[in-house]
Amino acid sequence: MNVDLIVAVIVSAIAYGTPLVLAGLGELLAERSGVLNLGVEGMMLMGAVTGFFVSQQLGGPGWVVLIIAMIMAAAAGALMALIHAFLSITVRVNQIVSGLALTIFAGMAGLSSYAGQVWGIGGQHGVHQLTRVDLFGLGEIPVIGPILFDQDPFVYLSWGLVALVAWYLYRTRTGLYLRAVGESPRSADAMGINVTRYRYVHTIVGGALAGLGGAYFTLAIAPIWTDGLTAGSGWIAIALVIFAFWRPDLLLLGAYLFGALSSLGFTLQAHGVQMPSEFFSSLPYLMTVVVLAGASTTLARRRIGTPASLGVPYVREEG
Amino acid sequence: MNDTTPATARIRDGVPLLEMRGITKRFAGVVADDGVDFDVRAGEIHTLFGENGAGKSTLMRVLYGFHHPDAGEIRINGSPVSIASPADAIRHGIGMIHQHFMLVNTLSVADNVALGLRSSRGPLTEPGRVSERIRELSATYHLQVDPQALIWQLSVGERQRVEIVKALYRNATLLILDEPTAVLTPQEVDDLFTVLRRMAEDGKGLVFISHKVREVLGLSDRITVLRAGHRIGTLPAAGATRDQLVQMMVGHALPARELAAETGFTAETPKRAPADRPEPAPPGPGTLADTGTPTAPGIGSVARGVGRAGTVAAAGAPRLVVRDLTVRGDRGADAVRGLSLAVHGGEIVGIAGVSGNGQRELAEAIAGLRRPSSGSILLEGTELAGGNPARARLAGLGYVPEERMRDGVVPDFSVAENLLLVDSHEPAFSRLGFLRSGEIRRHCEELVRAFDIRTPTLEAPARTLSGGNIQKLIMARELSREPRVLLVAQPTRGIDVAAAAYIHDRLREQRARGVGVLIISEDLDEVMALADRILVMYEGAIIGEAAPGASTRESIGLMMAGVRPEAPADAGSWATV
Repeated sequence: MNVDLIVAVIVSAIAYGTPLVLAGLGELLAERSGVLNLGVEGMMLMGAVTGFFVSQQLGGPGWVVLIIAMIMAAAAGALMALIHAFLSITVRVNQIVSGLALTIFAGMAGLSSYAGQVWGIGGQHGVHQLTRVDLFGLGEIPVIGPILFDQDPFVYLSWGLVALVAWYLYRTRTGLYLRAVGESPRSADAMGINVTRYRYVHTIVGGALAGLGGAYFTLAIAPIWTDGLTAGSGWIAIALVIFAFWRPDLLLLGAYLFGALSSLGFTLQAHGVQMPSEFFSSLPYLMTVVVLAGASTTLARRRIGTPASLGVPYVREEG
Repeated sequence: MNDTTPATARIRDGVPLLEMRGITKRFAGVVADDGVDFDVRAGEIHTLFGENGAGKSTLMRVLYGFHHPDAGEIRINGSPVSIASPADAIRHGIGMIHQHFMLVNTLSVADNVALGLRSSRGPLTEPGRVSERIRELSATYHLQVDPQALIWQLSVGERQRVEIVKALYRNATLLILDEPTAVLTPQEVDDLFTVLRRMAEDGKGLVFISHKVREVLGLSDRITVLRAGHRIGTLPAAGATRDQLVQMMVGHALPARELAAETGFTAETPKRAPADRPEPAPPGPGTLADTGTPTAPGIGSVARGVGRAGTVAAAGAPRLVVRDLTVRGDRGADAVRGLSLAVHGGEIVGIAGVSGNGQRELAEAIAGLRRPSSGSILLEGTELAGGNPARARLAGLGYVPEERMRDGVVPDFSVAENLLLVDSHEPAFSRLGFLRSGEIRRHCEELVRAFDIRTPTLEAPARTLSGGNIQKLIMARELSREPRVLLVAQPTRGIDVAAAAYIHDRLREQRARGVGVLIISEDLDEVMALADRILVMYEGAIIGEAAPGASTRESIGLMMAGVRPEAPADAGSWATV
């Protein structure tokens, strides 16, 4: 293997891993508050279709259009998450049922497909696409240049968000309260922390990040819309949070590992390695199954990092 | 132990710190508190006394903003306040030490204390400053707490200190303690009371919730008695007697023996009337020779025959022999570590200890619900270790579990169905797999009558019964199978006094019938009132043995805290089994 191939694998791992970083961070925030959001896949698809539609409709300078598209994609994800928050926090519907329902509702052959048809963006080729920005002109440096300094703005944004979330969780009061709410909502409530508000806010912010992650597909990877184009990334993001022990730093590494698996097929083919593409495209899902199975045995038993109240609605007057 | 005279002088006159007027709280039609009045003055310890379910905790949970009262008024320092959430309560200077601690296990002591607080560093945490202040408070009130320790590493007593520090940190002027002694060793209770008196001397008002008369009389300045949601009366502790308090609590006078068993005044009344005692062999080294060959079939069958004849066979081979038992807990570490014990027919062996020292795992291992990693459990020669509940039952084990609602009954099944749970395969109750409803009905009606289970009908779901009646139901089911060994975990926890006395009588009756009874209880008073031999469990093993008459609460309390007894000869009776 030559250095170029390795760099190519890493660069494409980052590209494919970035939506996972965004959606995974969102899921991490929601789960840290005790809300399991299985609707990530649906939220990503809504973000993808909304972002693409907005970018096709608006005129003006490309970067303005793209920023607005990203904001709208985040809003679409947040709106979906609001439904999940209402159902699981206020009405106390089973969180798994609510999340699955949202993914089915918004997913392939659901609302996102319908929106794509109504808006007529199915066959269109995008006008705008986020392109790489060579930071400080350092992109020319061999090996680390293309990896660190020649990425699109989404990638830089995701790195900033990882650092921000890590700082937030471990260095701020609200981050501390968030961890307390996820671990022991009753204790948090007894100390005067508004459990419901923390859960709502973090579920909704989580949904916004999922929407943003979805928009990465249509605004950065390839400026087209097809039904169900996120292809299970939402599920991988959920597995990723467990894989990362609910820690943002590990989540970043995990996302790129999954990203590498996703892109390995294309990258190797492009470099002339002959392997059935089906084998490579199945790898991330295989990995997801392995992670989830592993998490449900050893991890769940020892509860490394799992927020203790994850998936459990909080009722003050019980007990 | 609590001979300090209440310092009535320190109590400030004038407007009370807290006034609650006509507080009513209903849950789905059930009245928990009915027009209750309650007040606390600065500098006093005011006890809320009453049985489980009398409305003590509910009243205080209303005050702390967990429940919204249906009627009534709360005044703090004379002005009416509305407390809609714990945040409101904290703002009004109210702190509460809950029965189940409100701590986040994965966070440090300092982080737990900082929850919900303002920080001088704006949005950032300030662990350094919080830790410093915690150390100051620890020094002032003699509350040993390490701010950096993680909660899950702390003992129950330490966690309680963290809870108190939390309240002090928030400058609470009124502190509510909901049954704070339930989880402590007698020594820890003494330490706690010292801290509480110091806080009262500082001018804080304290509400102490308890149903233990001895503690209440020793600690309080005033006592308010609640019964079935009503305030029965408020009286100064100085002139109160235990008989008076218990009578107010249950509504009628209790016979002396029940009183002794239920209120913890074991030392003041004779342990058991001679007629009540089925003459078990004196425990101790004398019985050791008999326990040497527990598996010998001949001896086992002799004991069985004797047991059936109605005489007590305590001197025979032990019915239950646990040897070098090691059981892993839920966290993966060993919860029971090389434990050995023996239970003979016709004796009650009581296991005392602070909760979380492996009692639950021991009970589950004996019952076949948890697989031991090593060691053996022999019930009259049948190996139970590594088996299942069915094998344990078949061998003659009756099991009354600690978590009644979870492990003892199917809450949504009817009383009849629950009574029949383990016996539905018996030919008397089923034919070719179909249940014989007539037979079942007769059997269940008989049990309900015999065990005084208060239920509207046999069809009522078990979950609608009170804790005491559920326990009677489980006892009825288990005893109707005529077990050889009866294992009862927490026989009367959370049960009203009358039902508790009834259950204690039933346990003594089983002993008189020659059954080997093993009780596991966190209530030392209960163990001392019931058991012929007391084994103290600490960190997964039996740390020492005591005879209830000869041993003081203090010596048992020391063992509960992990201090080994000095006389090793006494320990021999279990160690060599």
